[in-house]
Amino acid sequence: MSAIAESALAQAKDQLDQHLREIIQWHFSPETGCPYWLNWAKQAGWDPREDVKTYEDVVKFPHFDDETLRNEPHEVWIPKQYEGKPYKIFETGGTTGLPKQRISWHDHEYDYTEFAETLDPEFFPRGGNWLMMGPTGPRRLRLTIEHLANVMGGSCYHLDLDPRWVKKLIGNGQGDQAKAYMEHIVDQAAPILKHRNVSCLFTTPKLLEALGEKVDVPGVGIKGVFLGGTSMTPQVVRFLAEEILEEKAQLVPTYGNTLMGLACSKPLSAEDDYALTYYAPQPRAVLRVVDPDDTVKTVEYGEWGRVELTTITKELFMPRFLERDEVIRREPWGRFAWDGVGEVRPFRASENKVVEGVY
Amino acid sequence: MTTMTALTQIPCIRSGRVYESLDKSELVHHSGGEAVAQMSMANSGLIRRDINKISRSFEILQDVPSAKMLEICKQAGELFMNASLPLGDGAEQSPQDYIESLSSTTGLPYSLVKRNMGKIHEVMTQMPTILGGLTRGLDLTALDGAVAQQGGSLISYYPTAKSLGVVLPSNSPGVNSIWIPAVALRIPVVLKPGREEPWTPLRIIQAFIAAGCPPEAFCFYPTDHEGANVILQSCDSGIIFGDEKTVARYASNPAVQVHGPGWSKILIGADKADQWESFIDVLAASIYENGGRSCVNASCVLTPKHGAEIADALAKRLAEIKPCEVDDENATLCGFANPKFAEYFESTIEEGLNTPGAEDLTARYRNSERKVEKGSSVYMLPTVVHCESFDHPLANREFLFPYASVVEVPQDQMLEKMGPSLVVTAVTEDAAFIKQLLRSPLIERLNLGALPTSRVTWDQPHEGNLFEFLYKRRAIQTVKK
Repeated sequence: MSAIAESALAQAKDQLDQHLREIIQWHFSPETGCPYWLNWAKQAGWDPREDVKTYEDVVKFPHFDDETLRNEPHEVWIPKQYEGKPYKIFETGGTTGLPKQRISWHDHEYDYTEFAETLDPEFFPRGGNWLMMGPTGPRRLRLTIEHLANVMGGSCYHLDLDPRWVKKLIGNGQGDQAKAYMEHIVDQAAPILKHRNVSCLFTTPKLLEALGEKVDVPGVGIKGVFLGGTSMTPQVVRFLAEEILEEKAQLVPTYGNTLMGLACSKPLSAEDDYALTYYAPQPRAVLRVVDPDDTVKTVEYGEWGRVELTTITKELFMPRFLERDEVIRREPWGRFAWDGVGEVRPFRASENKVVEGVY
Repeated sequence: MTTMTALTQIPCIRSGRVYESLDKSELVHHSGGEAVAQMSMANSGLIRRDINKISRSFEILQDVPSAKMLEICKQAGELFMNASLPLGDGAEQSPQDYIESLSSTTGLPYSLVKRNMGKIHEVMTQMPTILGGLTRGLDLTALDGAVAQQGGSLISYYPTAKSLGVVLPSNSPGVNSIWIPAVALRIPVVLKPGREEPWTPLRIIQAFIAAGCPPEAFCFYPTDHEGANVILQSCDSGIIFGDEKTVARYASNPAVQVHGPGWSKILIGADKADQWESFIDVLAASIYENGGRSCVNASCVLTPKHGAEIADALAKRLAEIKPCEVDDENATLCGFANPKFAEYFESTIEEGLNTPGAEDLTARYRNSERKVEKGSSVYMLPTVVHCESFDHPLANREFLFPYASVVEVPQDQMLEKMGPSLVVTAVTEDAAFIKQLLRSPLIERLNLGALPTSRVTWDQPHEGNLFEFLYKRRAIQTVKK
């Protein structure tokens, strides 16, 4: 059972419920809310401000349809009080057609400012420079890693990476082209690492593997690697930690996306067989592990279920979005007095082939 | 949940070093589906990293003199056949344990496992003969960095590959005999076992190591498709077993040798057709031996006459073969580890029979369906289809069970119609026909006379010459002394 005190669990729960009530009030009040939710409430026939008092009440909402992020104009998502303030546009997934887009003012910065405090200064030195070896273009990561470097007192180097192209190549069975593109990425990274003073790296598991074939990653001065972008298994993480980083640099895996923000990882350890458990940035986002056949139900600890994300910020309210991932529900741990999600993998990975590419 | 600790653990082997992965795949009993063992699954990055460093293993292996390696092969063969050998997690595996484990996950009866064991034992102990066949009698010191002489000329060879990657199937343990000579030729091997059959390659590796072979000679990675691709891409040379699609995929890659469908055949010459009853046993054995699982099993009999009678006689003979208990010494049929294969074969044959001009003659004699269950195992019973024309969709097919078509084709059209064939047994003494057969590029192995297609002699390599795949002759001159 959880090693966390009951009082800490209760406090986190109170904090979440209170935060949820505030945000519901914000999005569903004409003085502050956004057109999308105000219109929705008119048609729904119930008032979330009255009927949502605790997080358990969130199931009164249907699952969020992420197609609305593709089909609706941005204006419908702007809370009244943010009108006239320029926003950033971040995109998720997509290989063809109009991608899903989310607008953001400061959410992305909050997430990474908070995350910076969790990084061990021995491996992620303050003032150290970063290399962002991940997706560029309309991705949130492009800006957030630079923000992370900046709040930690450093600067960030970038390279060009279009993950949609890689996804397309792999989908078309052009494995050799995808490999060539990976080499192109690593060829951009290697000279920066060799000739500039870089101590921290953001990258994906596949790219770290590929980089490790080209350079001695800890040897060129990398002390900490922040790893994300795709699902990863304990074996892959162990291989990266033990053999690519030779246990000289710290590996910090993460689970996150444009809609949620950033879930922090429980520290990796060989004793724990490199188990991967992530904790959502509660109360701004909540991850619930649901029974895929009855998504109102939360599965038991230790069981597999589908990830349901609820994002609760003034910039975005997104209840009960069913992610494309499945996970094991894990117990609260350490400073995270709420559920964790473990061993993330594409939903029904054992049944379907999912193209993840390098990213 | 299954109790994991009680299960046999199959490790990865990384240049001789045992490695337990955190990612495990369960091996289940072919009938009943209970867990039998857990395989450590290697991630593709780990495989690529190991192969990138394989030069060291290559150097170690190349430093072992050929003569010494032949001794090691001989001893390893004996150990493979008779000794208890490590499994990797401290457990030992006796020969009987091996037989039972292999049978449990593949559906092969003990009798066929033992026959395949014998084949592998022979390959390992008869290595001088096999290398003689592969190298056409080369003095093996020519491979030890020496300049040798042959027929009065100086000869020198160099290895073209520092590793041989092999993506193995699960259908029959005998296929391992294809890569074993690479060890004798002192090229490290990187093996991906079939999903249901890690037992044989692992036991061969352990036998070699116990016999004194440098452990660095071996990488063994249970892995997924991505890992298999990495093996073929990263090794200097590779072998893969697969279907026509696999053959097409690697057709333009000279570094990958594909062992595709065999389409092995028996051709009866016009001069012998009237005597068909005298060699019907050879025809039957060619079809059913090794459970019909090998690419050297005949899947088509071409005869200029008596087609219906031959088909009927074969059907009567093969319909006597029934599924037996796995430990029955007379068992010749294999259960299907994956029943979906049986379903696919069954529906393909039924669909084919809908095209007019073919009859399943075994149906007259077997008194049951073609696909049957015995206990919890699924079997496909031997099937002989008489086709009126070689153009019928069932005339040139092969499946993973005893299946053959019998088709009447005039002798002078046989070569033109039959297509590529791994093994052809030609029952004829017609000199002109034999000359045509010898000139045909369609036949990899030619048996002249009533020999089963499954008969293999070790000095006659077929389906690619491993020596020519791994070594190349260079021109050499020295100052005359």
